[in-house]
Amino acid sequence: MNAAVILFPGSNREGDVARALRQATGRAPTIVWHAETALPPGVDLVVLPGGFSYGDYLRCGAIAGRAPIMDAVRAHAARGGLVLGICNGFQILCEGGLLPGVLMRNRDLRFICKMQHLRVERADTRFTTAYGSGDVVKVAIAHGEGNYETDEDTLKRIEGEGRVAFRYCDAAGVVGGAANPNGSTNDIAGVYSEKFNVLGLMPHPENLIDPLVGGIDGRGMFASLAAA
Amino acid sequence: MSRNEPAITPQLVAEHGLKPDEYDRILKLVGRVPTFTELGIFSAMWNEHCSYKSSRLHLRGLPTKAPWVIQGPGENAGVIDIGDGMACVFKMESHNHPSFIEPYQGATTGVGGILRDVFTMGARPVACLNLLRFGSPDHPRTRGLVAGVVAGIGGYGNSFGVPTVGGSVGFHTRYDGNILVNAMAVGIARADSIFYSAASGVGRPIVYLGSKTGRDGIHGATMASAEFDANSDEKRPTVQVGDPFSEKLLLEACLEIMGKGCVIAIQDMGAAGLTSSAVEMGAKGNLGIELDLDAVPCREEGMTAYEMMLSESQERMLMVLDPAREAEAEAIFRKWGLDFAIVGRTTDTKRFVVKHGGEIKADLPIKELGDEAPLYDRPWVATPPKPVVDAASVAPPVSNRAALLKLIGSPDLSSKRWVWEQYDHLILGNTVQQPGGDAAVIRLGDGPKGLALCTDVTQRYCDADPVEGGKQAVAEAWRNLTAVGARPLALTDNLNFGNPEKPEAMGQFVGCVRGIGEAARALDFPIVSGNVSLYNETQGRGIPPTPSIGGVGIVDDVTKIATLSFKAAGESIVLIGATRGWLGQSCYLADICGREEGAPPPVDLAAERSAGDLVRQLIGAGHATAVHDLSDGGLAVALAEMAIAGGVGATIEAISGLPAHAWLFGEDQGRYLVTARPDEAARILDEATKAGVEARIIGATGGDSLTLPGEAPILIADLGAAHEAWFPEYMASVR
Repeated sequence: MNAAVILFPGSNREGDVARALRQATGRAPTIVWHAETALPPGVDLVVLPGGFSYGDYLRCGAIAGRAPIMDAVRAHAARGGLVLGICNGFQILCEGGLLPGVLMRNRDLRFICKMQHLRVERADTRFTTAYGSGDVVKVAIAHGEGNYETDEDTLKRIEGEGRVAFRYCDAAGVVGGAANPNGSTNDIAGVYSEKFNVLGLMPHPENLIDPLVGGIDGRGMFASLAAA
Repeated sequence: MSRNEPAITPQLVAEHGLKPDEYDRILKLVGRVPTFTELGIFSAMWNEHCSYKSSRLHLRGLPTKAPWVIQGPGENAGVIDIGDGMACVFKMESHNHPSFIEPYQGATTGVGGILRDVFTMGARPVACLNLLRFGSPDHPRTRGLVAGVVAGIGGYGNSFGVPTVGGSVGFHTRYDGNILVNAMAVGIARADSIFYSAASGVGRPIVYLGSKTGRDGIHGATMASAEFDANSDEKRPTVQVGDPFSEKLLLEACLEIMGKGCVIAIQDMGAAGLTSSAVEMGAKGNLGIELDLDAVPCREEGMTAYEMMLSESQERMLMVLDPAREAEAEAIFRKWGLDFAIVGRTTDTKRFVVKHGGEIKADLPIKELGDEAPLYDRPWVATPPKPVVDAASVAPPVSNRAALLKLIGSPDLSSKRWVWEQYDHLILGNTVQQPGGDAAVIRLGDGPKGLALCTDVTQRYCDADPVEGGKQAVAEAWRNLTAVGARPLALTDNLNFGNPEKPEAMGQFVGCVRGIGEAARALDFPIVSGNVSLYNETQGRGIPPTPSIGGVGIVDDVTKIATLSFKAAGESIVLIGATRGWLGQSCYLADICGREEGAPPPVDLAAERSAGDLVRQLIGAGHATAVHDLSDGGLAVALAEMAIAGGVGATIEAISGLPAHAWLFGEDQGRYLVTARPDEAARILDEATKAGVEARIIGATGGDSLTLPGEAPILIADLGAAHEAWFPEYMASVR
């Protein structure tokens, strides 16, 4: 698994995801500067990390979605290459046209950082083979704008095509209600592209890779990718 | 000299916050009437905030040295050796006045300023903490200030990408007109590559880096050196606007060029902006500085020399570069999209010369600007001692069960989850003990070492007896670090007081500083950095004396820290330290009896040290399953917190010779609760005897309730609900 992490000005969880990738694959990912126009040769996985790219001024992810490197990322995705966008990376994927929908401000209009349970909707994608379908995993969330919205038709389509990757739930796996931290439509925490090679999610599996720091439920995603 | 500048009149001098005798001093120093720009420079350098003119004399007595101290007070931040070639760089600083006027921006720029202080020294920030004090929850402005300040702290730190891992939040009506926002930042650097502000070498370029200069924050430091009146809202334009994105870029760019060895000296532009940063670099290096303001990147057109010298626009730095590496450094800054301009050079004249538009706007002796700042030995009176409250004379107005439920859900003792969930406390993936513990613990890199961090002060103790209160603030920080198993190393202090021109307020300052010094000396816990915030008064009403203490300790192995939650049923609960049932100035007396009275609990520093050393040893040896220090609310509140955190109950025994409410809610100092398996507990008592520390088994864990002596059990679920309810309900209630 050759991974590249895109570094935008204002990215701030690139080190966290690099650590998770290193742990799972045994090798450090290449860090790619946003102003580059090509990915390093032989890259299998491109990661857009969390943070506040370009300060998230204008709209979250809007400027980064149009950064020079993003044409190369779109081409990589079009070739079927793996792309993972976490938090700000998810926002960038939506703004960059790689995933449908948009991330609005949280329902309570506050930034929220806490541990959150997710239900793994399917375990047959290259991001989730190490999990079981319906598994409940604990990860971290840390965002002010994670309230996923789409128009009705798109929602029907992504639900119909099984493209919801994770839903917010409580520790017992019950989806929705108070377990939804940000007001996301259908409790959606992450979505796939049509071909399931692009995943965007708001939570941070990369911060749950260590029993000493919250737990290890996030390892599954990186283990899945390492085996992909 | 300069044309087109206002003439200097007594009124203009007064508007710059300079007293007539201070102006006479300026005349003598300059040898002529100063220009308008020079007057502005003096007002920036000689205000209380920058010159410490009322406090310097007393701060001299504080202990600042230890074998592990690399840099004490006087630089951008303090630096301590944490072993393995690494250093910890940290400081706490106030942004009280701006945060009251404009809470979001005031708080963000407070966080931004302290982060800059840390990375200016070459350290990468790894954690932030804070200490916040608001007015009475019933005051009409409090809710909005809480919302704005918390959002501001989060807004900056979350975007910058540093975890906010701990803090302290409290309320009191005496902060109604002057809230406190004290921000602390902690960074890590290689011990052999710390960067300082002293310039060296003549004729070297002085480089301006970061954001452009605008008209924001002009006279911010002067505002922070005066009392508020009813029109303080008119001071809003003196508050700066924070841009965490620019600061993140500035961090990465600075660390990159520091790593390449291009930097000779560096100073961030904080209070009094370009003026104080340039003067500091020159004065510390025994050099002169010549600035050409035509080269300063400006955000607005037509800025005057006066405005540029006094602007407090954020996210700016001044550096002296190795001339041979200039192009390399500039390329790095351009890559990060930041301004880079050569705005002057070092000279051998020891003069501070400012040019603009072909004119000399200022020409002043650089050393004297700092060294000759006024120094006051302000008259002060000691706070009269308060009588000791006899616990037997305090009639309990409610049952101890009801008192505990009320205290655990009171504004000061309730859970602060609503606050810290708005701070990204998990980024960087090293937060081993998150907010809610006695001290935060972060792992350093991949471990096993870590840092323990906390902020503390009990202002009601300081108000009743400044010396004991100052001691207690230091002791509590030391105790909180100890309670997770850390070795306390050093502290930063942020001294928030009222108007020093009032002998009573000055007496509080003198007393607290004395107490801080005594405790720091007794506990080998030196002060390596700090900040003084005076004039925290509105319409003549001052805040309670609030010397915030930020503590840093080292953890040798983060996998072995102690946490406060009860771990299992059937364990013995050991109380370490002596209990006398001290109710004076306790939360119980204030919140349950409505009496803010009496002398605060005294701090026996020798006993404090032996109890702490014992607890640390127990944790290190793996004998303790849970540890919690006793503070606000005493034994009962500590037990409730341990039960809630662990979801395990406990039954507590009575003690002979003390009224139950004094036993349960007294705030005697130097105490800890430790749980252990019963056989281990017996051993702990032996160890305590050997160490000369009072210790006793006071009960056992188990069940789903906390049972206090002579009371019906309280379900943990009810305690937890009361603990968690207050903050969100308060913030959601109609404003």
